[in-house]
Amino acid sequence: MVHTSLDVVDEKISAMGKALVDQRELYLGLLYPTEDYKVYGYVTNSKVKFVMVVDSSNTALRDNEIRSMFRKLHNSYTDVMCNPFYNPGDRIQSRAFDGMVTSMMIQVC
Amino acid sequence: MEGLTLSDAEQKYYSDLFSYCDSESTKKVAAHGRVLELFRAAQLPNDVVHQIMELCGATRLGYFGRSQFYIALKLVAVAQSGFPLRVESINTVKDLPLPRFVASKNEQESRHAASYSSDSENQGSYSGVIPPPPGRGQVKKGSTSHDTGQPRTSADQQEPVSPVVSPQQSPPTSPHTWRKHSRHPSGGNSERPLAGPGPFWSPFGEAQSGSSAGDAVWSGHSPPPPQENWVSFADTPPTSTLLTMHPASVQDQTTVRTVASATTANEIRRQSSSYDDPWKITDEQRQYYVNQFKTIQPDLNGFIPGSAAKEFFTKSKLPILELSHIWELSDFDKDGALTLDEFCAAFHLVVARKNGYDLPEKLPESLMPKLIDLEDSADVGDQPGEVGYSGSPAEAPPSKSPSMPSLNQTWPELNQSSEDTAIVHPVPIRMTPSKIHMQEMELKRTGSDHTNPTSPLLVKTADLSEENKINSSVKFASGNTVDGYSSSDSFTSDPEQIGNNVTRQRSHSGMSPDNTAPPPPPPRPQPSHSRSSSLDMNRTFSVTTGQQQAGVVAQPPAVPPRPQPSQAAGPVVHRPVDADGLITHTSTSPQQIPEQPNFADFSQFEVFAASNVNEEQDDEAEKHPEVLPVEKASDPASSLRVAKTDSKIEEKTAASAPANVSKGTTPLAPPPKPVRRRLKSEDELRPEVDEHTQKTGVLAAVLASQPSIPRSVGKDKKAIQASIRRNKETNTVLARLNSELQQQLKDVLEERISLEVQLEQLRPFSHL
Repeated sequence: MVHTSLDVVDEKISAMGKALVDQRELYLGLLYPTEDYKVYGYVTNSKVKFVMVVDSSNTALRDNEIRSMFRKLHNSYTDVMCNPFYNPGDRIQSRAFDGMVTSMMIQVC
Repeated sequence: MEGLTLSDAEQKYYSDLFSYCDSESTKKVAAHGRVLELFRAAQLPNDVVHQIMELCGATRLGYFGRSQFYIALKLVAVAQSGFPLRVESINTVKDLPLPRFVASKNEQESRHAASYSSDSENQGSYSGVIPPPPGRGQVKKGSTSHDTGQPRTSADQQEPVSPVVSPQQSPPTSPHTWRKHSRHPSGGNSERPLAGPGPFWSPFGEAQSGSSAGDAVWSGHSPPPPQENWVSFADTPPTSTLLTMHPASVQDQTTVRTVASATTANEIRRQSSSYDDPWKITDEQRQYYVNQFKTIQPDLNGFIPGSAAKEFFTKSKLPILELSHIWELSDFDKDGALTLDEFCAAFHLVVARKNGYDLPEKLPESLMPKLIDLEDSADVGDQPGEVGYSGSPAEAPPSKSPSMPSLNQTWPELNQSSEDTAIVHPVPIRMTPSKIHMQEMELKRTGSDHTNPTSPLLVKTADLSEENKINSSVKFASGNTVDGYSSSDSFTSDPEQIGNNVTRQRSHSGMSPDNTAPPPPPPRPQPSHSRSSSLDMNRTFSVTTGQQQAGVVAQPPAVPPRPQPSQAAGPVVHRPVDADGLITHTSTSPQQIPEQPNFADFSQFEVFAASNVNEEQDDEAEKHPEVLPVEKASDPASSLRVAKTDSKIEEKTAASAPANVSKGTTPLAPPPKPVRRRLKSEDELRPEVDEHTQKTGVLAAVLASQPSIPRSVGKDKKAIQASIRRNKETNTVLARLNSELQQQLKDVLEERISLEVQLEQLRPFSHL
């Protein structure tokens, strides 16, 4: 499912053509009939993609909320990247990052 | 700890000792009692004893099991031999002489020791390893954890005990260990009686028993209660007790330690985790960290790039994850680089970690780097550890752990780049003092009609606005200069007051070109010349009118020798143009300087000005430019006007009425003079200029004293009056100039309009 989303994201990106200036890309789609979830994509300037999967049962999160979540995600991610000990590509094990994500999730639920 | 390898002699010796201590034959000896005595007898400094106890894990266990005891004994031997206390040394030091215990109680031990000493061990590596005694495991864990790094999470691990790493480190950590030890080995610490701290032992032991809970501290950040015990234990200052003890020994061993490997450093680091505040950095530690920092980055105020830091800290052999976490904690500003503070914090954390402390979730306050401002809350947490991996940590270890003063505080200065520097507070510069005065005066007079921007100084523009108010038309012709002036003028003499924009304008126009230039400088000192332009005026006047204006203009700066002779209004001492005396001007012609009061001398002028100006204005009005009419009356006014170069208003006022706002007195100095010439009649004015400076003060006084232009008393007054008159004259002149310029402006405007109309008419054709 997530992989599919990624494919879609790629599609979008390539479709976008112009510079990835559009910081966020709310992709509300992939609503599988059964699965009933939404996938949001977000691409950074460095082509790092964030994919957020949200359960549709949640009263649809507002667009703004999603954006703010992505923003926070992005910020935390950059903080993590600053760590020289972090190798890009590894699983992020930053406690601060995890904490942020968790709090974000809790906040929505 | 690794298994302890004991030679036969040692084995025997130790067994004896153990038996001796283990009076209860429980196979374990409490820290207190005999063990303590024993240790004391070893004649080792308290620190060392603590360290030993830590290392052997007795603290953790709360007692000295056989293995711990043996280890402790071994360590005593090591210490006595002068080798750094390290876990490894237990087995690595070959041929270590048997521990010697001197206490009377231990005579037998010493005897034993002697007997055993034959074994003489040298430093070396022990071959053979005695199966680590049961308790050891724990202890070992701690020590070895250095390498492993993290495991120490368990609170009770007496990690600290583990590698007694460089003695230097011990101090900080030792206290902890000691504590633990004390707790445990309440009875059994007799292994190495400390000769020195003997007395301490007992109390310590007792205390310890009660504080066993303190062990937990070890892992925690809190130096907990045990420390207190320690404190009492050693009569050294609290908390520092252990540390102090250790430091002493440590220092001795330091030299040896320096050779120590990173493990030593680790210990040091551990110890550096201060008792009182596990995260405090002691001075020694801090120094050590700083040194390490320097090796990477010579500039203490600079940064260590992430990659360099990474390498450095990787040497500590902590897991990457831990290092990553440490980094997250210490890189306070998240810039990917470490400042000195950050670095120290990081290093400190690494040390702590190696010593078994768990990493905090968030940066401890004491580690927060201090901003240049020296805020305590700053994160000093820079990884202290990074620096030291290379093993030099030894130096860092602060000898006084317990009371480790937060080095952070001392440091911050280093790194901090004084951010605070200062928020520069732009102070408005007075470009034309007169303006301000003018403003004031105006305000006063007109009741703040002009809201002249008080920022007169800076403001030419403000003036402009004023100007606008005042001379709407003139402004442009006179160009900027005028504006400049006008603004000033406006300040000073509320144009309204003057009522005669015309006059003002005139003066403005005249001056404008010049005025604009000067704004700032003009000695607008004279408030009397509310018009900064007064200066210009002079110039302009000379140019334009040449006559009157000059005179008027001249006023300002150089006390134009306003001829103002008779100006009774004299008091208008505008002339003091030069002087900041705008005010003085006013004094001269209090009456005559209605406008001028706007000038500098607002306060004074106010009084006078009102009166003076009025008079002057009237006079001026009559006179109107060419007329030096007012030489008398206007003198002050004009002088005032002149004085105030920036006070266009003055001009106006002058023009309108010899507002003797002597304030301005003529900022225009020299140029106006010639112009003034025409005002020569007011010779007084000229002289006023000169006098002005002096008069500034006098004028004020004079003004104050003369309600009616009385030649007042004394020369001063006269001078003042003269200047006032001159100012008035200047004002008049300027006013006239203004009017003229405005007239010109109008004409020009008309032309322009006509031209535009023509253009419009023609345009359609062009398009075709």
